[in-house]
Amino acid sequence: MELLIEKGVGIMKEEIGILEGRQNQIFEKKSGQEQQFDISCDKTSLSGSVSQRACVFCGSRVVLYPVADAIHIVHGPIGCAAYTWDIRGAVSSGPELHRLSFSTDLQEMDVIYGGEKKLYRSLIELIEQYQPNAAFIYSTCIIGLIGDDIEAVCKKVAQEKGIPVMPVHSEGFKGTKMDGYKAACSALMKLIGTGSTESISKYSINILGEFNLAGEAWIIREYYEKMGIEVVATMTGDGRIDAIRRSHGASLNVVQCSGSMTSLAKDMEKKYGIPYIRVSYFGFEDMSKSLYDVAALFPERPEIMEKAREIVREEIRTYYPEMQKFKSALTGKKAAIYVGGAFKTFSLIKALRTIGMSVVLAGSQTGNKDDYLRLKEMCDEGTVIVDDSNPVELSKFVLEKEADLLIGGVKERPIAFKLGVGFCDHNHERKIPLAGFVGMYNFAKEVYESVMSPVWQFAPRKGGLA
Amino acid sequence: MKTASINGKSTKSAKTATQNACKLCNPLGACLAFRGIENCVPFLHGSQGCATYIRRYLISHYKEPIDIASSNFNEETAVFGGSHNLQLGLKNVTQQYKPEVIGIATTCLSETIGDDVPMILKDYKAIMRDEAPLPIMIFASTPSYSGTHIDGFHAAVRSAVKTLAEKGTKQNLVNIFPGMISPADIRYLKEILTSFALPFVLLPDYSKTLDGGPWAEYHRIPPGGTPTDAIASTGSASASIEFGSTLEARKSAAGYLEERFGIPRRHLPLPIGIKASDRFIAILEQLSETPMPAIYEDERRRLIDAYADGHKYIFGKRAILYGEEDLVISMAAFLSEIGILPVLCASGGKSGLMKKRLLELIPGLDELDIKVRENVDFVDIEHEADELRPDLLIGNSKGFTMSKKHDLPLIRIGFPIHDRFGGQRLHHIGYRGTQELFDRIVNTVIEGRQQSSSIGYTYM
Repeated sequence: MELLIEKGVGIMKEEIGILEGRQNQIFEKKSGQEQQFDISCDKTSLSGSVSQRACVFCGSRVVLYPVADAIHIVHGPIGCAAYTWDIRGAVSSGPELHRLSFSTDLQEMDVIYGGEKKLYRSLIELIEQYQPNAAFIYSTCIIGLIGDDIEAVCKKVAQEKGIPVMPVHSEGFKGTKMDGYKAACSALMKLIGTGSTESISKYSINILGEFNLAGEAWIIREYYEKMGIEVVATMTGDGRIDAIRRSHGASLNVVQCSGSMTSLAKDMEKKYGIPYIRVSYFGFEDMSKSLYDVAALFPERPEIMEKAREIVREEIRTYYPEMQKFKSALTGKKAAIYVGGAFKTFSLIKALRTIGMSVVLAGSQTGNKDDYLRLKEMCDEGTVIVDDSNPVELSKFVLEKEADLLIGGVKERPIAFKLGVGFCDHNHERKIPLAGFVGMYNFAKEVYESVMSPVWQFAPRKGGLA
Repeated sequence: MKTASINGKSTKSAKTATQNACKLCNPLGACLAFRGIENCVPFLHGSQGCATYIRRYLISHYKEPIDIASSNFNEETAVFGGSHNLQLGLKNVTQQYKPEVIGIATTCLSETIGDDVPMILKDYKAIMRDEAPLPIMIFASTPSYSGTHIDGFHAAVRSAVKTLAEKGTKQNLVNIFPGMISPADIRYLKEILTSFALPFVLLPDYSKTLDGGPWAEYHRIPPGGTPTDAIASTGSASASIEFGSTLEARKSAAGYLEERFGIPRRHLPLPIGIKASDRFIAILEQLSETPMPAIYEDERRRLIDAYADGHKYIFGKRAILYGEEDLVISMAAFLSEIGILPVLCASGGKSGLMKKRLLELIPGLDELDIKVRENVDFVDIEHEADELRPDLLIGNSKGFTMSKKHDLPLIRIGFPIHDRFGGQRLHHIGYRGTQELFDRIVNTVIEGRQQSSSIGYTYM
């Protein structure tokens, strides 16, 4: 039963083992000869490993959650709705229906006799009560098994109530979080194209994959608007049904976050001929690039590019000097990154370099092969790259590589703190915007405050008593 | 359309969906209880999401790493059954965590497809019989479509005892099953039992696993928890003490031990308030044949003195209580003894026993117009709040939305406390816990008075 560690990367000779079936999901970049890079990813988590991933439902919920003028009904037993109630820092400039939690709260009898009637009644009542502009119905694990035809129920309610009622096929076990993203995008696809595109400018975009955590979509939107570009829809971030319905009128889709909404951009390209580009709003470098890349696609209006340059100049002039204090303190410190999407790790590596930090571990829950190849190119020697990791592995590498900082989400936070390592929350619960130029400043400040805190002097890692 | 429409146009009769639930699902409670067994890894038989969401939810309260393994269902598993995944999962957890115990709980998915987990475990043991000693496997059936997290908690504790308790010569030993209390409460309980010089087994004990110190190296399983040999000895104890007004013997660990080994079950409400704490201490005095140690005598006297010092601030205040039924019941009894009227006692649970148990503690319940509501959510509670004119909300963090909207102070107790620091270190039980609660309640009222006055009093 001992582990076949030799198959892995040769750095895990000691006690913390890597599970058989996971060795190929870990890679360490080394110097010298050409290394074979054959990281295994894009697969479901191994049974019994404590994956940091969630499920299909989570993927769908993440994407659609910030649509604020729709009601989100979780069809199933209570857990899935309870654990996602007001879970994220996605803010709205108006209605806040997304912050409520609705569940059909299926009971044993519903499981035996089916939950369609309960779903129907729930929908009718909630729509009457809250007057939303649409409803999203999330299927949880058991819905398919008990044979509920939620398509039929949604159709019926949509007819009776005159609003879109969108089924989201997000049964937890039917794939990974990525499949949940796709299910959410299919639901959105049904909305897109049903609104009027009249009076939409030729110089217009949609912002995809930006969930308005701590108001980030507003920051990004403002940059583009300053450039003279019309933002038709921020899609789900501070999302509104009407904006989504007319989003096919935009000239370009600007997609952030590698996994979550690329499939929507592809579908929109196919159906409406709207091209898309992938961007990231984290760090000065990628943030600037995301403005330039968009501007470059509207060459007939050079003033857009001029304006983009002006914004970048101005913003960097504002924040760069302030950041030098952080940089001088943080230079030489080491960071470990473990986040949901691989695309974010690219930006974070660059952002960390801006403040003098190197990356010793980079990983994601849902990266694909191309992502990891790119990651390998970007990383320094000795950096460990992991796919779908778990607490045991993460801790092992954080300690071995002597990281001073871990970047992750709620589930990673206690790992860092237990081990006496600084932490930066880069997930959906954060309350401070990390996107945009101001976001980079906030990020640097947060990293500085955590890494440089005097509390670590008592940590066993620094010689304190365990 | 903003949150102002929370109460919308609906009437109470037309409410099918649960809105802003005042409960969690069954498996969460089981995972929490399993965390209180030494060297145990909680394992959920279901989709990956269940484990991850529950971890996230628990971590946000306890601020400790909480690893929960999952059998990670996929489509084939759902069609062909979960036995392969469960067995592979157990193998992998054994390999990576080297646990002494794996605490397995089901989910709605594995229950709905009808997996016979005990049978799968039996097969697994047969297949693995030549391997190094297998971890002990404790199994609790926790379908999310019935009951709430508290049922999962008790199911896990009962099944731990069922799996491990051994018959033996009666010894001077007391079992204590405190239910879902905070790590600080557990530490205090242990202190009390120790000072009575009563040998005891407390299960589950997550006082260290969910509120521990820093680590020099990563622990696959955090140190602490009730050891398995201690759980084994519960079968030869001379008595069991079990908290939880609505906890029925047929669902409880003490109930099992009474039925199986004839160990008397001393069942009482969570000891919150002087009367309830006295009742608990009296049992300890009886079992240990020693009077209450002086330090608790002093704690009690200070508490009575504090009641006197603070009574005028709070007399006649009206409070809404919500949360697990047992916590609400005991809190209501405590409020009644300090002059606060618990105008609404609400829970997402539905034992059907809440009112009955409350009547035993507050006989004048109906005359006092105290409303008792089982199986409600936060929207229901808000509906009631409109008419009840409460001064205070007392419950977990999830009442904050209501607290903000109605401009009512919220006193955070129990679980989860996601919007304040140190929820794991709050005391609720015994004289010390009551003192802490009393101080917090009085201070909340004082603060409200001070803030709402334009004068700016510095003496209150």
